[in-house]
Amino acid sequence: MSFVTIFYVILFYLAAIILFVGLGYRIYEYTIIPAPLKIPTPPAPKTKQGVAARLIREVVFFESLFSATKWTWLFGWLFHFALLLAAFRHLRYFTDPVWGWVSWEIVQAAGHYGGYVMVFGLLGLLARRVFVDRVRYISSPSDYLMLILIIGIAVSGLMMKWFQTDIIAVKQFFLGLMYFKWAELPTDLVLLVHLSLVALLMIIFPYSKLLHAPGLFFSPTRNQTDTSRDQRHISDWAKKIESQK
Amino acid sequence: MAIKEFEKPTLKDYTSIPPVEKDATSHLAPFKSKEEFQSSLGYPGELVDNWQEIALDKMGNLLKKYRSLRVYLDSCMQCGACTDKCHYYLGTKDPNNMPVGRQNLMRGVYRRYFTLPGKYFPKLVGAVDFTKEVLDEWYSYYHQCSQCRRCAVFCPIGIDTAEISMAAREIMDSVGVGQKYCNEIIGKVHKIGNNLGLPEPALADTLEGLEEDVKDEIDIDVKFPLDVKDSDVLLITPSADFFAEPHVDGLIGYAKVFHQAGISWTLSSHASEAANFGMFIGSYDNMRKLALRIREAALELNVKRIVFGECGHAWRVAYSFLNTLAGPFDFLDSRYPVPQHICELTYDLMNRNVLKFDKSANDDMTLTYHDSCNVARGSNMGDILGGQFSVPRDIIKATVNNFYDMEEESIKEKTYCCGGGGGLLTDDLIELRMKGALPRMEALKRVVDDHGVTHMAAICAICKSQFSKAFQYYGFELDQIISLHQLVGNALIMNKKEL
Repeated sequence: MSFVTIFYVILFYLAAIILFVGLGYRIYEYTIIPAPLKIPTPPAPKTKQGVAARLIREVVFFESLFSATKWTWLFGWLFHFALLLAAFRHLRYFTDPVWGWVSWEIVQAAGHYGGYVMVFGLLGLLARRVFVDRVRYISSPSDYLMLILIIGIAVSGLMMKWFQTDIIAVKQFFLGLMYFKWAELPTDLVLLVHLSLVALLMIIFPYSKLLHAPGLFFSPTRNQTDTSRDQRHISDWAKKIESQK
Repeated sequence: MAIKEFEKPTLKDYTSIPPVEKDATSHLAPFKSKEEFQSSLGYPGELVDNWQEIALDKMGNLLKKYRSLRVYLDSCMQCGACTDKCHYYLGTKDPNNMPVGRQNLMRGVYRRYFTLPGKYFPKLVGAVDFTKEVLDEWYSYYHQCSQCRRCAVFCPIGIDTAEISMAAREIMDSVGVGQKYCNEIIGKVHKIGNNLGLPEPALADTLEGLEEDVKDEIDIDVKFPLDVKDSDVLLITPSADFFAEPHVDGLIGYAKVFHQAGISWTLSSHASEAANFGMFIGSYDNMRKLALRIREAALELNVKRIVFGECGHAWRVAYSFLNTLAGPFDFLDSRYPVPQHICELTYDLMNRNVLKFDKSANDDMTLTYHDSCNVARGSNMGDILGGQFSVPRDIIKATVNNFYDMEEESIKEKTYCCGGGGGLLTDDLIELRMKGALPRMEALKRVVDDHGVTHMAAICAICKSQFSKAFQYYGFELDQIISLHQLVGNALIMNKKEL
């Protein structure tokens, strides 16, 4: 195997371990830290089904963001939704045989055009960071770099339309990673840039603000039921204070 | 220390988002708590030598106790959705008063000491060393947050800046940097039972005076009972209700409701305060101790129900936390929610036709209603979705003929804080308070201009006090703010037969 292939095999194993173990550990931490008081914001649902519906609305429609600022909502929602479409398209590199719906023309086309929409949304978010004085004030270098990184991923991915690579070999490489039957990776520059940036994103995920993804599900203002008068909501550490008495 | 002169904001026809003006209110900070008040709450009297170590320890401790703090420090993507949502930013233009700006004061320290990138690449991720300058910034800006949670409604992740400012205040208290106003008051409640330090004889005297006033006015013996055992209802109300204007008119309104409905009730000299300032300083221990006084009073007086008077933060703590802090309340009548809000009680009686109103008694006024932030975003009423908005409005509409809401962006869950909540209702922060009232004043001005609104009703002691000042400052009259139960008291048709 070529040096390039070995490098990327190691890189992707490393990135996958950091992503899954790191993220898993974060979620474990969030699970064990108690929320000692009821702090849901209105309109707070009374039932768990209500909470599920609320979280679904937040995840699918970005409901709160919509009520806050239409521009950020538009760019942010377009980016995330397009990212999902692009991810669907990419499933064909990781499934063998390719799942039926993944190979549908419409899914593949949507994934491709989704790439352009992603870039549009990300440029919009970047523009807000640069031109809105309040957002500029709060932006640190990592905030810009994060957007540039994902723009880089999207643009390098789209560029493969023109700088074509041997996608059969790419698929063999990733299936090989998954089933421990390593295969050669083509060495086209655009592909290597694309894959490097993706690996970098995987590595920084558990250490960055990308934690907003799991964070939403653990946010007490959004995931709690409004039942404080009906039942006591007491944490283990608060129980200890009570028993000290 | 003299209060510096400051530029008076002008009321615009619409609420606009000002451009960022760095350090516009960095000079503001409330007076610090003296040693005696610090130590009575179990905090060091002044800044300890190894404060950085202790503060970081405390922060690590809180990160393990409060999921909100941990998740909210991790999850912000700095999207800017909250940047124009804080009344203090809109009024002061200081970027550290943007919710995310305020959070970042702690997030920078969190990243530096508790995350990998912050340890190795601090500049990249905006991580900062916890220096004395940073601590001073914390003291200034975490006391420019009224914990009203408007930002949390708009945040796509639901990040609640109040959780962060509460944690910051607790960390500061733990190293000896406490706020005079809050900590002095908490000390008084621990010792005497209310924020004003009003002892039992003075309270009894005040209530007697009220009975006489009401008797003179309407010639009915409306009682204001204190420490009467075996009453049905224990009323917990903010101590401002005992003599501040317009609060006291609300208290008279509650008394009339109890009288007319024939409900026996009592106040308690042991728990003569509804407000729980333990929440403002983020201290679970202090909040719990204050809440336990209410439990003790209910047990001692052998009441069947606990009802809270008009007090915003009190109602948040009561509705959302009381059961957790001081429950279970299985010794009370289970047919009623524990605790109950006076508006829920009035609303229920009104719906059952126990109370009847003559709306024309309030015809000299045209009303609007200010949703107090902690009622709006930290509670419910009547177990109806959005009941905390509809119940008070329904009572107002039943008691007055002329009512107009302010614009949608400034009411209900999007309501603006009055500018004095969260432990900031102190004269050493008057500049902040007046500037923070700006968005509410602008929204009010529009209904005054468009609909001839003459009065604004509220159900929070802090709102009432704050607006009395802010109204004068912005060219309204101080008596244009009134208690909701003043409207009830005015319009209530009283039955003289019982005499």
